[in-house]
Amino acid sequence: MTKQPERIFIKGNEAIARGALAARCKCFFGYPITPQNDIPEFMSTEIIKAGGDFVQAESEVAAANMLLGAAAAGIRSMTSSSSPGMSLKQEAISYMAGSEVPAVIVNVNRGGPGLGDIGPAQGDYYQSTRGGGHGDYRHFTLAPGNVQEAYDLTIRAFDIAFEHRTPVLILADAILGQMKEPITPWTPEKIDDEAGRDWAITGKTADREKRLIKSLFLAEGELAEQNKHLQAKYESWTKLTECEQFETEDADLIICAYGSIARIAKSTVRKFRKEGKKVGLFRPITLYPFPSAQLKALAEQDKRFLTIEHNLGQMVDDVRLAIRTVSDSDFFPIYPGNLPTPDELEEPILKCLEGK
Amino acid sequence: MSEINEKLVFDKPEIIIDRATHYCPGCHHGIAHRLVGELLDEMELGGNTLMTTSIGCSVFLYNYLNVDAVEAPHGRAPAVATGVKRARPDHFVFTYQGDGDLASIGMAEIMHAANRGEKISVVFVNNTVYGMTGGQMAPTTLIGQKTTTCPNGRCETTQGSPIRMTEIIASLGGVAYAARGSLDSVKNIRTAKKHLKKAFECQTNGTGFGFVELLSGCPTNWKMTPLQANERIQNDMIPYFPLGVFKDISEDGGIC
Ligand SMILES: Cc1ncc(C[n+]2csc(CCOP(=O)(O)OP(=O)(O)O)c2C)c(N)n1
Ligand code: SF4
Ligand SMILES: [Mg+2]
Repeated sequence: MTKQPERIFIKGNEAIARGALAARCKCFFGYPITPQNDIPEFMSTEIIKAGGDFVQAESEVAAANMLLGAAAAGIRSMTSSSSPGMSLKQEAISYMAGSEVPAVIVNVNRGGPGLGDIGPAQGDYYQSTRGGGHGDYRHFTLAPGNVQEAYDLTIRAFDIAFEHRTPVLILADAILGQMKEPITPWTPEKIDDEAGRDWAITGKTADREKRLIKSLFLAEGELAEQNKHLQAKYESWTKLTECEQFETEDADLIICAYGSIARIAKSTVRKFRKEGKKVGLFRPITLYPFPSAQLKALAEQDKRFLTIEHNLGQMVDDVRLAIRTVSDSDFFPIYPGNLPTPDELEEPILKCLEGK
Repeated sequence: MSEINEKLVFDKPEIIIDRATHYCPGCHHGIAHRLVGELLDEMELGGNTLMTTSIGCSVFLYNYLNVDAVEAPHGRAPAVATGVKRARPDHFVFTYQGDGDLASIGMAEIMHAANRGEKISVVFVNNTVYGMTGGQMAPTTLIGQKTTTCPNGRCETTQGSPIRMTEIIASLGGVAYAARGSLDSVKNIRTAKKHLKKAFECQTNGTGFGFVELLSGCPTNWKMTPLQANERIQNDMIPYFPLGVFKDISEDGGIC
């Protein structure tokens, strides 16, 4: 008899925390903010049991800088927060990008601007995909659409971070973080805990030069070189884009949405399909790098596009950039503060279908 | 011809890299670097050291000490060092910070790292100005001291009074050792080294957080000669920032 894989019924937040432990994350730095509190709460005991360490920092500024330190030492490390806290983390994220430090950061997006609310929203898309701090940088951004994927992508995030020496952001939202679903946990077969052996600060030995993790480049030409190097790295990521396509093949209209909104839109698409309406869904999983090529391929098949986001229009810029030479996208906003239902999406989708 | 027999009585510590520094003549950062370097050699810590540098005139410390290092954002060195130490608890981790860095923008980070009792050491160079950015008012600027952002002298009623960091740090639970030394004279430099050694030992023997403030000269921004700068430390700074050990929980220590 083959053993059934274990199934557990957990929140998205806990899935992220468990995914991190499965990826052998050894240091976690947190600060309380709703709706991500389950992550530091879980980590405060579980990461210690796993032989790691947990610090409740004095602020998100400090938590992100602790992450910078632990990751510079080559140890798999993570921090999590929600929107207002993410603004404070941007300083360290810019330094991590500039000094090429691999780390995982989780944003359980809530409503903004300012203190906003504690409900779901996607208002942090720009911040998450443009390099939310100062300077010319990007980092990988992964947007899970369900609890299993939150677990899977967290494991992936650590591999991407170390392979490319970059911060990786997991962009969830309050729906995904608080929603419970059954998942199948798994543990990666091989993890290279010493993946930083060639660059991390581990103590200078006689057989190698001292190592510096830094983002200051003052000598003539140095900073331009560093920026060129970073840019080349970001460009190399375009082949690593990922997306989900649902009923797009024969669709006349493609809904573009990510995260929880994609999940809600999928219900609407299913309903319309039953009625014979040719609607499909395009869901970016990597928000940066953005799956532009896949989207453009659809645009070249003479399809129309409607982007739906839980904000006032941010990802729609990337959709338009991707398809600009052949097509365009309409946009439907769900205002942060409102919780959308599949029914509410019917009218805007119908309008687009009918070409209004 | 008679042979000259030279006896070497003073040499640079092995861990200090043989190169010219970018510091102004008479700057005390060089002395502070040297003391740290001597101790890393004497305590044989070099190969085990993970240094966290800060933002200020000493930003290039990593060019002068032959150890692995990470550069922290302005004020965040105690948080970065916390991360380094938690990730690699068997290593020797220290920060080196100026007064603008530690006592202004980084106030939260230093207070909480100290209060948590992080097993790290902090070297705090207090020269009462923002040296690197051109001599603006710092949280440690003395009352009446003229800087580029208080050209008429620091005024207590609108700008507050200079912060005595060592006393504050000494009051926190997690702290094993807190002392203030000065780099103005040979005698004081020798004592300062003893303070640093004690702070470093608090980390190597696992006692806890060690903090040493070093009163330092910035002749350039004080618009003084190096000698005048030393006199200013003696006449103006030490009376306000008294020297000594403010906390010592190590076995042979005592609170003064
Ligand atoms: C976030 C941020 N704000 C401001 C600065 C500019 N800055 C660089 S060094 C410095 C002050 C350094 O003064 P201090 O810490 O006293 O060191 P000193 O140069 O006197 O040794 C400032 C404000 C910066 N680099 N980053
Ligand atoms: S400006 Fe002041 S602190 Fe900076 S190098 Fe010159 S003397 Fe030293
Ligand atoms: Mg200063």
